[in-house]
Amino acid sequence: MLRVAQKEVHSRDFASLYFDHSLDFQPGQFVMVWIPGIDEKPYTISYHKKNRFGITLEAKGIFSQKAVGLKPGDLVGFRGPFGNGFTPMSSPDIAIVAGGCGMAPLAPLVEILDKNIFFIQGARSREFILYPHRFETQRQICTDDGSEGHKGFVTELLEQEIEIRKKKGKKPLEMIYACGPEIMMHRIFMICEDNKIPCQVSLERYMRCGFGVCGACVCGEQVVCKDGPVFESKTLRTMADFNTLALLKSGKPVDLAQYFSWRCQS
Amino acid sequence: MMKFLGRTLKNPLVLASGVLGNNSGILKRVHKNGCGLVTMKSIGPAPRDGHKNPTVIDLGHGMINAVGLPSPGYLHMEEEWKDLEQRDFPLIASIYGGSVQEYQAVAAFVSEKKPDFIEINISCPNSEQHGMVFGVNEQSSFDVVSAVKKVIDLPLIAKLTPQAPDIAKIAKACEDAGADAICAINTAGPGMVIDIEARMPVLAFQKGGLSGPMIRPIAIRCVYDIYKAVSIPIIGLGGVTTGKDAVEMIMAGASLVGIGSAVHYRGINVFQEVNNELEAWLRDHDTTMEDIQGAAHGKISVPHKGGAQ
Repeated sequence: MLRVAQKEVHSRDFASLYFDHSLDFQPGQFVMVWIPGIDEKPYTISYHKKNRFGITLEAKGIFSQKAVGLKPGDLVGFRGPFGNGFTPMSSPDIAIVAGGCGMAPLAPLVEILDKNIFFIQGARSREFILYPHRFETQRQICTDDGSEGHKGFVTELLEQEIEIRKKKGKKPLEMIYACGPEIMMHRIFMICEDNKIPCQVSLERYMRCGFGVCGACVCGEQVVCKDGPVFESKTLRTMADFNTLALLKSGKPVDLAQYFSWRCQS
Repeated sequence: MMKFLGRTLKNPLVLASGVLGNNSGILKRVHKNGCGLVTMKSIGPAPRDGHKNPTVIDLGHGMINAVGLPSPGYLHMEEEWKDLEQRDFPLIASIYGGSVQEYQAVAAFVSEKKPDFIEINISCPNSEQHGMVFGVNEQSSFDVVSAVKKVIDLPLIAKLTPQAPDIAKIAKACEDAGADAICAINTAGPGMVIDIEARMPVLAFQKGGLSGPMIRPIAIRCVYDIYKAVSIPIIGLGGVTTGKDAVEMIMAGASLVGIGSAVHYRGINVFQEVNNELEAWLRDHDTTMEDIQGAAHGKISVPHKGGAQ
């Protein structure tokens, strides 16, 4: 177990917990976070330095509200890191598209990529924009209510960028990394398919073991905790359940709206 | 290719129940990755979430788990059965219940869905009301097997627990009740892991079943004892991770060899790898599956007439 070294409250709903521990880690990988007596849940690592790592939580369910209430010195259990993360490419002709708390797994990736990548971040409104001052890399902001940046979807800005590059004869994007609501990632995947751009997206399912044995998180033929959580275009093409089905805790497959409304409360 | 209870299998490896097995897609992939016979996650009488996390912990030399028999419930799996209708691989449907009547209700319904085999889980340690309470007692094992046998028209496999005081007697009771095969063993223990910083058990259910390499000697002993007691075939599992482990299990008396926790230690390709290793071992030793099956019992003292038919 590790003690919380520092807590950073980003806004009413978002907070990061930092732990002084060295992790062998790839951006996009996750850890199973245990609060004794409460529950254990997967969280992607949102901050990574040599002797410190952090996770970012959105207080929306029983577990995350408890986690956000932790103080420096409190003990938290960890297993991992698990899964396959993003494969970083060193090129400026790359896009990062983050939606809501999907910014968290992408943040350590942004910090190691070229500073001139095309970076879009979306949120419900200004107060929900995660890490407003964290990155050297310039970003395009999108909000649902227009309280900051473009009013509308991140996918609109992405499509614009692809078009602009075509018109100006600039190099096309070589890779798009995305994390956010699954419907957003699916839309990005479709845009990428239409434009022959490879993408990598990070999926989320209810997990138990975290290492590919129990099967709780299967998505089509893929085991999200082990084969993912980051999947590339080639695999996404074969995943029948991508943007359609997810298993509840009982193993019952349901549509994503039902899954996410259940998951957010637990 | 080989025969098992009238069905053709591409090899003797079996995916253990409770490992992957949560949808048709992953069952198909496990088969494609070299598994002769795959098992669905245990199907229960009613929707059940299982336990809160932590539910599965790796201990390096094996795992401890108390997932707690999550199931959509047998009446809520239409999509799954529809997906499995067109399958091109043999399938075991594992079922559980809290009473003989529940086992019967689930079994009768599942039998209509035409899996190739029905396995009754009378051995899960992770629920107070289900499974293991039957598998530790000869009479209740007999009762549940004979009751289920009456309502299905598929081969029945009884999955046993090493917690039975004498697993061979339970196996014999199952055989007498009409079981067509024995599957042994379910997880051992139950055990407990305490986090010394948190000063409390790690698993939310506190105790859990042990699996993986650390329980292999228990599994081998159980299969060895069962082989002496019954003449129906045995699916031997518990800690098998390599081809040599499979050889050992077959020598103890297993006709088929199950793999579960090894999916963690060697990945989903473990089936192809173990099968290759098993075949290579047999080749190197100029022998066959038939030759080594039950070999540890010595040729003379073997009353066993079953095995891979």
